[in-house]
Amino acid sequence: MAANLDVILAQALQAIAEAHDQIQLDLVRVHYLGKKGLFTLQMKELGALDPDQRRAAGQIINQAKDQFQEHLQSKKDRLDSIELERRLAGERIDVTLPGRGQSGGGLHPVTTTLRRISKIFSSAGFSIVEGPEIEDDYHNFGALNIPEYHPARAMHDTFYFDAHTVLRTHTSPVQIRVMESGQPPLKVIAPGRVYRCDSDITHTPMFHQVEGFLVDTEVSFADLKGVVYQFLQAFFEKDIQVRFRPSYFPFTEPSAEVDIECVMCNGEGCRVCSQTGWLEVMGCGMIHPEVFKAVNIDCESYSGFAFGMGVERLAMLRYGINDLRLFFENDLKFLQQFN
Amino acid sequence: MQISEAWLREYVNPPVSTAELVSQLTMAGLEVDSVAAAVTVFSGVVIGEVLTVQQHPDADRLRVCTVNVGANEPLQIVCGASNVRPGLKVPAALVGAELPGDFKIKQSKLRGVESLGMLCSEKELGLATEASGLMELPAEAPIGMDIREYLSLNDAIIEIDLTPNRADCLSVEGIAREVALLNAMAWESTVIRDTGVSHEEVVAITVKEKTVCPRYLGRLIKNVNTKVKTPAWMQERLRRSGIRNLSAVVDVTNYVLIELGQPLHAFDADKLDGGITVRKAKDGEPLALLNGQTVTLDPKALVIADDNKALALAGIMGGNDSAVGESTQTIFLECAFFAPRAIAGEARRFGLHTDSSHRFERGVDPTLQQRAIERATQLIVEIAGGNAGPINEVKHDTDLPQRPDIFLRRQRIDKMLGVSLPDEEVQDIFRRLGMAVQNHTEGWVITPPGFRFDISIEADLIEELARVHGYNRIPNNSLLMRAELSKATETVMDIDRLKDLLVDRGYQEAITYSFVDEQTQQAVAPEDRIIKITNPISSDLSVMRSTLWCGLLKAALYNLNRQQKRIRFFETGLRFLTVDGRTWQQKMLSGLILGTLFPEQWGEKNRKTDFFDLKADVQALFSLAGTSVQYAPAVHSALHPGQTAQILSQTGEKIGLLGMLHPTLEKQLGFETQVYLFELDQDLLLDKTISKFKPLSKYPSVTRDLALIVKEYVSAADIIACIKSSGEEIIQEIVLFDLYRGKGIEEDCKSIAVSITMQNFTQTLTDSEIDATFSKILHTLTNTIGARLRD
Repeated sequence: MAANLDVILAQALQAIAEAHDQIQLDLVRVHYLGKKGLFTLQMKELGALDPDQRRAAGQIINQAKDQFQEHLQSKKDRLDSIELERRLAGERIDVTLPGRGQSGGGLHPVTTTLRRISKIFSSAGFSIVEGPEIEDDYHNFGALNIPEYHPARAMHDTFYFDAHTVLRTHTSPVQIRVMESGQPPLKVIAPGRVYRCDSDITHTPMFHQVEGFLVDTEVSFADLKGVVYQFLQAFFEKDIQVRFRPSYFPFTEPSAEVDIECVMCNGEGCRVCSQTGWLEVMGCGMIHPEVFKAVNIDCESYSGFAFGMGVERLAMLRYGINDLRLFFENDLKFLQQFN
Repeated sequence: MQISEAWLREYVNPPVSTAELVSQLTMAGLEVDSVAAAVTVFSGVVIGEVLTVQQHPDADRLRVCTVNVGANEPLQIVCGASNVRPGLKVPAALVGAELPGDFKIKQSKLRGVESLGMLCSEKELGLATEASGLMELPAEAPIGMDIREYLSLNDAIIEIDLTPNRADCLSVEGIAREVALLNAMAWESTVIRDTGVSHEEVVAITVKEKTVCPRYLGRLIKNVNTKVKTPAWMQERLRRSGIRNLSAVVDVTNYVLIELGQPLHAFDADKLDGGITVRKAKDGEPLALLNGQTVTLDPKALVIADDNKALALAGIMGGNDSAVGESTQTIFLECAFFAPRAIAGEARRFGLHTDSSHRFERGVDPTLQQRAIERATQLIVEIAGGNAGPINEVKHDTDLPQRPDIFLRRQRIDKMLGVSLPDEEVQDIFRRLGMAVQNHTEGWVITPPGFRFDISIEADLIEELARVHGYNRIPNNSLLMRAELSKATETVMDIDRLKDLLVDRGYQEAITYSFVDEQTQQAVAPEDRIIKITNPISSDLSVMRSTLWCGLLKAALYNLNRQQKRIRFFETGLRFLTVDGRTWQQKMLSGLILGTLFPEQWGEKNRKTDFFDLKADVQALFSLAGTSVQYAPAVHSALHPGQTAQILSQTGEKIGLLGMLHPTLEKQLGFETQVYLFELDQDLLLDKTISKFKPLSKYPSVTRDLALIVKEYVSAADIIACIKSSGEEIIQEIVLFDLYRGKGIEEDCKSIAVSITMQNFTQTLTDSEIDATFSKILHTLTNTIGARLRD
């Protein structure tokens, strides 16, 4: 019987060696270890022996089985590894081919700029308010201390619908609307479209402004200067030189124009800054007592500041755009540069 | 305001360079726009006296001169000008001189005669654009002196962009006053000599509008030689101030305007019928103005009139008929104060803007008129001769602007500026500003001078303090303030999030003008009541858009014309229209797509984008907002009637539209491909419902498919609504996964396959329950929409 077992084992190992794939290998396994497998039959034959012989013979059969299984497992592993190699080789691709699917879009650079401005001020607790673009002349002019025949009206190049209805020339009317309906403390940013009847290389009849204002019990020009200064550092993400120049707006007093060191030439003087080294970026000032009077806020108890900036101008300086008109042509080749 | 630096420095000459002077002005709120050399640079030109003039032997037009240029020997110079004569003083360019236009003077022979220089005209020196002969210099001009020095040509023209509040700086004296203040220096105003009175004749002056003309001065100057040439120095100063030379008398009035800031007007006295009246115009009264324009007046206009007719628009422009001309012998010189309110807006109303109206509407010093009329008289008599009569002044003191006493509280300075200034500095600044300062226990009482129209309240004084102290010496404070926590609203979506979604889905944001051309607007939305701009910048930007599609369609065409083939645009903004007589400004989110669904790429079959691609984007927006909406067929003039859907909220509100651009419009606008559009009302779109938790079922769900055959007119929404209406609570989800027309299905029918997912909350569904539900659904489908099972 031992001799017979040796033959079976030899044949079994031979069969393993000859198996070329997992299917053949499994057939070999079944042939020897299945219900009717040759090793299984050997074990069944043990029942006919007496107990002493049975144990010894059993041990011999188990050893042969173990040896068979060991070979079987190692062959299985080898076949697995060959199969994996083949698959990996077959599935090799050119990873430099472009990906597929929808293209990415992008926001308009004016929107990106507006979002950055809003984010900077939101972080200090300013809320964002919008207002109508078709405005009455009271909110656009009168309440802002620009009476009917004030020379400042001529500077505004206003679009009219009728004698008292205009396209807002600035975002300052939002200041009036907020102060009319709310009580201090107020901290507001008002971004939006504004319109002036002017069109040439440096003017478009529509552009964007951000108006900001703050009204509280203890607000001074020094606070305004601090906020504007910090904003400009944050917006341009560098330690930029800032200067305040006296100016005039009917709705603020004192009023200031704010210049930054030219970002194109770092203040050396170039074409963009007309060789002055400075660029005008915003107007600001302390809210005029007449404005407070128009909205019934007591200017003895409260004071406030307001500022306004042109969004396209800031975007141009930030991204080095040299032509204002590009913003509204909506040329994809322009827009996609900011994606 | 344009000013000559040399003229300015005659009044006050601080030891600073031009660049520094300019910077001082800018930082004091008088923003300098530009600085330019007054005259093109040239060199080597001196004053010469022509000694002898002889005919050139070989040229009829040339003369051979000897010229004394201050050297040991006179120079021989050949000259072609007809006005050359012995004794004439002229600019002489010496050998080695460089003239404008890169013209170098060399020793040369002209038709065989040696010439050691060139006698120059104004044109050759770049002082004028035209010249008829040599520039004639006054007899007292010093021989040999450099002409640039003699004519003060080494000068800069400073252009200042004055803000409307600083009317006091609209003159050389005004700016000198400011420069003196900034440098803490003294300055002297022009010394005016009293010309004296040499006749007693006056013109009667009647002021009917004394509130707007509280002061009117006039005088007659007889025997004026109006043909006389304005002296070179005055012409040159006017030129550098940007004022055109006209005639001697007018030049003088302009000169005084620039020098002192007071507009004056000279009438030809012989053309006046009777006296002068300051009155409102009669309705329909005509007036031919100096600029050639004839205006028809109305009673709002203030005029200077004689007994019969209007002569001038007060403070704005004189009339043609009474203008001083070459034949004028007697002039009536007017010098008045008009209230800013009377002039402001009037010039603009007649489409005029003059140096005079510019000053009057901003405010002229009401104490200046006496000085100004004396100054003008002095200059006229000096230049054009004449006999001045007495000044006739009509004055209403009560209507003259009074400078108020303003109380400035010490503590307000600190409160408004955030910096405290020592009392001495405050007082010093106001005194230097020409203000009267009285001490008070809590501060000061300040009286501004007559020329400061812009100072009337405490805040004005604080601004002046800050300005003179220096804005940049005020600290930059860090903001310390009361703050409240802000709401993190969840019931309103942030539009930015929706914009980001569209960007992620391949859209590019556009920003188009809010005004569009009327034709496109009419074509796209003919039923909207549009709003027109009264004064549009051009006809293609003349009406407010009632839909953002107008701009997006134009932007798409712009790009198609630039070889783009695939466009995905969105825009946010207001649309404008009239509804029930009221202006509507509605926030919209709109989009446009055309071309292929995907960008060009390898390995996948690409296809043209269609309605359902656009709808998927729109659905994604609503899904983000958590809003369930319905899509119903609709009609819009801009859209294909078979491919238009209206989006309705649960309560039936119209949120927006999507669809294919109507083929007629597609062709009319010049598209060669299908265009898909959507437009949504932002307020309704952003209305978000706060999510509410529903318990999850522990029991397994079952999904079964149903293939139905229905008539063509039955919509997908009908089928889904019908299944839902079968009222079975266990239905969790219905997904439409196939649509088929063709072989095996009748002509007017289609096959639609849906999968229905069912789940129970209390137990596992049994086969019999599912079967019962299905037969109920089928029953409803058959009875309601005539559906049958596909075999």
